[in-house]
Amino acid sequence: MNGRTHPLEAVAAWLLALLWLAPLAYAFWSALHPAAYATSFSLSAPWTLENFARAWNQAPFGRYYLNTVVLVVLVLIGQLVLSTLAAYAFARFKFRGSSIAFALVLLQLMIMPDVLIVENYRMIGLLGFLDTIPAIALPYLASAFGIFLLRQTFKSIPQELVEAARVEGAGPLQILWRVYVPLARPTYVAFGLVSVSYHWNNFLWPLIVTNSVSSRPLTVGLAVFGAPETGVDWSVITAATVMTMAPLLIAFLLFQRQFVQSFMRAGIR
Amino acid sequence: MSGQTDTHPLISRKPRSYAWWNAVNAWLLLLPAAVLLVAFTHYPILATIRHSLFVARRNGTEVFVGADNYRAMAADPIFWKALINNFWFALGTIPTSIALALLMALWVNRNMRGRGFLRLAYFTPTVLPMIAVANIWLFFYTPDYGLLDQLRGLFGLSAWNWLGEPSTVMGCLIVMVIWKEAGFFMIFYLAALQQLSPDLEEAAAVEGASRWYTFRRITFPLLMPTTLFVAINAVINSFKLVDHLVIMTKGGPSNASTLLLYYIYEVAFTFQDSAYAATLTVVLLVILSTLALLKFGYLDRRIHYQ
Repeated sequence: MNGRTHPLEAVAAWLLALLWLAPLAYAFWSALHPAAYATSFSLSAPWTLENFARAWNQAPFGRYYLNTVVLVVLVLIGQLVLSTLAAYAFARFKFRGSSIAFALVLLQLMIMPDVLIVENYRMIGLLGFLDTIPAIALPYLASAFGIFLLRQTFKSIPQELVEAARVEGAGPLQILWRVYVPLARPTYVAFGLVSVSYHWNNFLWPLIVTNSVSSRPLTVGLAVFGAPETGVDWSVITAATVMTMAPLLIAFLLFQRQFVQSFMRAGIR
Repeated sequence: MSGQTDTHPLISRKPRSYAWWNAVNAWLLLLPAAVLLVAFTHYPILATIRHSLFVARRNGTEVFVGADNYRAMAADPIFWKALINNFWFALGTIPTSIALALLMALWVNRNMRGRGFLRLAYFTPTVLPMIAVANIWLFFYTPDYGLLDQLRGLFGLSAWNWLGEPSTVMGCLIVMVIWKEAGFFMIFYLAALQQLSPDLEEAAAVEGASRWYTFRRITFPLLMPTTLFVAINAVINSFKLVDHLVIMTKGGPSNASTLLLYYIYEVAFTFQDSAYAATLTVVLLVILSTLALLKFGYLDRRIHYQ
């Protein structure tokens, strides 16, 4: 805000920032140097991409990447379509039972699929989807959070715009597509960023429902790869770790402001 | 769906059939989300409660046992251990990360050189996968070879199995989670600080109040709603954070680091006892619902849900 910062405070702020970056910096150091330098920090240490090459060759990380991308895209598209339709129903239509229906939707905000692992596993098994990418996505496709955010945005859209479209003869779905969706763009961006980071990073549920290379996302692949039984070098594991988080980290560095704002919107619901 | 909603009676219908048509449209729009919500949230909640009252026999039939599973749970020391660990985990991580988050936000909010970089540094751990974070920190804590023990070695101290000793394992995990979460909480304080009027601080400065006094008597009280909001979200979140246990400790040594959700995972998928896992899940559901009611009912009165 205002006022000058005491130099000591500036020093403290910078020290904390460096401390906060240290674990990450360490991961990059270890991934980019031969194993012998994993704990000896010397300026003369040779740089290498060998660890990445070895990680890539020792486990099907290419496939894991593909799986994660497919998963994240599948979840995002499903959530966007389903949340848009449901939010439109809540924001635009007056119908009997709408407030009860909305309360039942909000229930998912408090009891997320993340904690219903036992019964959801049973359900996925019943549907015969075990060990597939859709199995990871299904419990998350209907997102109470997405419905809630979009409904709020839709409600704030000026009625005149809706009327104008209607005068031109647009039906409910056309109005949704031509008026509501374009105007809700910032909400879509915020929700999309949070959803993509959440599902890129999600671990426990994918660990439970997947069991093979063909469906495992990166996070689960990394856990399998790094398990102590495998006896893989630390440097190689760190390289795999860096590979797992790199895409999101790069996206974050490029779109820092959008990320921070999206997470803020996501938190204040 | 044709072009009629309540405010647009193109064809003059009777109001009643009109309302009916309206409801049909709305329910059709809701249907896809409703089916999935019922299948993966509502039905599983009810099924959890039901399964907690039964046990599965070896021949696959289920027998109603009433509260037997709950009695077994009350007598299960690991369940209590997990619950107590959850308490210490929350107590260890939340106040410290909130205090750090506030400090970070106050710094980043100032006209300090390089504040963009500071914000970046503080926030970065938030976007990383927990499993990657666990991998990195696992190395810090590895006995002998790990970074922490190498540092101890410099001072001539002997190696210590940080994650292998019940006395240090929880502390180690708490430090890691604080690192992961503080930056996330920071952005809520940052948002709140930007809403505060600068006049207040100026007035305080004119009156000759010290910075610490201004913070203690003006800024901090004004941030109280944010603190409560962050705190309750953090408590809810602390019950879901278990990814790191899978690769760092598996709940050990001797359950010193197990948490309720991780214990549920273990009971269901390692010990294959889904009836008992359902019973444990009911406890978690009760805790989460209580916290959510607290949040929606008490703290979020300013935010409108209708």
